[in-house]
Amino acid sequence: MKTLIDLFKDYRFSFAFVVLLVILIMALLSFFSPYDPTLWYVVPRDLKPSSEHLLGTDSNGQDIFWQATYAVRNSLTISLISASVSRVIAILVGMIAGYKGGTIDRVLMFLGDSLLVIPLFLIFVMLAMMVREHMNLVVLGLMLSFFGWPWDARLIRSMVLSLRERDFTRTALLSGTGTIKLVLKEYMPFTMPLIFSTLINNMAFAIGLEITLALLGLVDLTIPTLGTMLNWAYFSHAILLERWWWILTPVILSICMFIALYWLSVSISEYLDPRTRIQRVGA
Amino acid sequence: MNFIKRYLIPRLISYFLVIWLGITIVFFIPRLIPNDPVIKMVDQMRARGSTLEPGTMDGIIHDLTVMYGLEGSTLEQYRDFWVRLAHGDLGVSFFQFPAPVSDLIATALPWTLGLLLTTTAISWVFGNIIGGLAGYYTRRSWSRTLDAVAMVIRPMPYYIFSFVLLLLFTYVWRWFPVTGGASLGALPEFTWGYIKDVLWHSFLPGLSLSALGMAVNFQVMKLLVQNINAEDYVQYARLGGVTNTRIVSKYIIRNALLPQITGLALSFGQIFSGALITEIVFGYPGVGMLLYRAIINGDYNLIMGITMLSIVGITTAMLIVDLAYPLLDPRVRYT
Repeated sequence: MKTLIDLFKDYRFSFAFVVLLVILIMALLSFFSPYDPTLWYVVPRDLKPSSEHLLGTDSNGQDIFWQATYAVRNSLTISLISASVSRVIAILVGMIAGYKGGTIDRVLMFLGDSLLVIPLFLIFVMLAMMVREHMNLVVLGLMLSFFGWPWDARLIRSMVLSLRERDFTRTALLSGTGTIKLVLKEYMPFTMPLIFSTLINNMAFAIGLEITLALLGLVDLTIPTLGTMLNWAYFSHAILLERWWWILTPVILSICMFIALYWLSVSISEYLDPRTRIQRVGA
Repeated sequence: MNFIKRYLIPRLISYFLVIWLGITIVFFIPRLIPNDPVIKMVDQMRARGSTLEPGTMDGIIHDLTVMYGLEGSTLEQYRDFWVRLAHGDLGVSFFQFPAPVSDLIATALPWTLGLLLTTTAISWVFGNIIGGLAGYYTRRSWSRTLDAVAMVIRPMPYYIFSFVLLLLFTYVWRWFPVTGGASLGALPEFTWGYIKDVLWHSFLPGLSLSALGMAVNFQVMKLLVQNINAEDYVQYARLGGVTNTRIVSKYIIRNALLPQITGLALSFGQIFSGALITEIVFGYPGVGMLLYRAIINGDYNLIMGITMLSIVGITTAMLIVDLAYPLLDPRVRYT
């Protein structure tokens, strides 16, 4: 409880908390939506925001507010799948490379470094083109997760490298603790803050990449996400035809989401590691 | 001699290994998926309603197979692929048949290079100057304000700026052209009028690209200067009566710039795939736009060409950084 009170003293945490709460409520509201998001022409087209249609309607005859609730839900789902799966890969690779060392370490780190250097985005585009017909939320989330781990694996590895040299590792080994138990029981708690803050960053990364792919038309455009909403609005010339409510909805929602996720990650990692806060404020 | 054996050779080996791995991935991805591009192409031709003699159809299929480099076993294809690559032949584009991919990239590259080199340089220079000042005068109110602004800009992907700017400048202020790289029908020539036209058109895409880079450089530089400012040797120099100008220029800036130079080189490496969405949003005729059209039209050769170019570009940039580092930082000596 005290932790939360301390965190709320940081305006960035309070903002992020409120925004994410609103977004979460929106995502939950989608379950009560009166419209089917895949159907067109269920409401009159191109209406301005009014009490009946909170955020207006678009040229496909869909209600933008309810469409946005689905979009938020789907974008969150993709980012959660991607972030959690890539966390598992990062933890496994980082721990094994850091703990085992030697050839395994070198091979794993070479693979990870190559993934960092190669323009992943373009390779991702090629992959997405290939599986376009089978693209759904889960496939997209898994594909994104495959590219989100190398940097974080490196961070975890360097942490394990230093933990391995500490005294408690030797104590544990001498008292006969098994490798798996040692890693899970002794090292995990140290790496948890790092894993959590990279989880949030990775969610933002996944949402951003989804928007990019959707703008390129590489995902299923009938599934509403933040990216596909932007795609429909932009390529239906919502800007030229002065339907600002249509294009502003996904733009503002994604801006809020990116800022909230970043501030959440920064404020929590500063709370967990006060050294960075002192550095930032400049003591 | 020791430097060559212990550092240069392993570094070069890993350089070529990464390029080889990347290009091999690019080669195999399309071939792993059970989706024959030749049949797809032929189907498209049939769907357009072209009727052909049976013999002609076989001929077309054969020609397409050769052109896609899909003749023979995968191993033979792989060998031919490298042979052609060694001759600088990236194949033929499909949506702008029969233009070679290398020509298409060569036309688009100057636009992207011009835009991104400028924005990267601008955001690096200004981000570092402002960040350095804010880090030095960390207690001033303007320093805190700028820090808060950077906190807002930092998390946003660059293309969100493109949309925001596009909305602002089409509705609120109609100062700048919002589409194209130059006025329609303007011929590329070396006159002030044409250059002004190009600059005018690239202002908005440039602004949306440099805002984010500036925020990132600002944050990093501010943190670096703050930390160095608190170091013992700076405090000691101050107590010893070294002039403030000398402390800033010799003690702080030189140390803070080192990591930033690495960052600059890395961001130059990202240039090849950098401005994709911004180019689409503003209709800017660069590599991003080319890639977008390649994706829409399913032009694998073109996508592979752009991808391979960026692989080589990024790895080379990193190699240069690694090799140049000892020249910049006397503490690093590869002996």
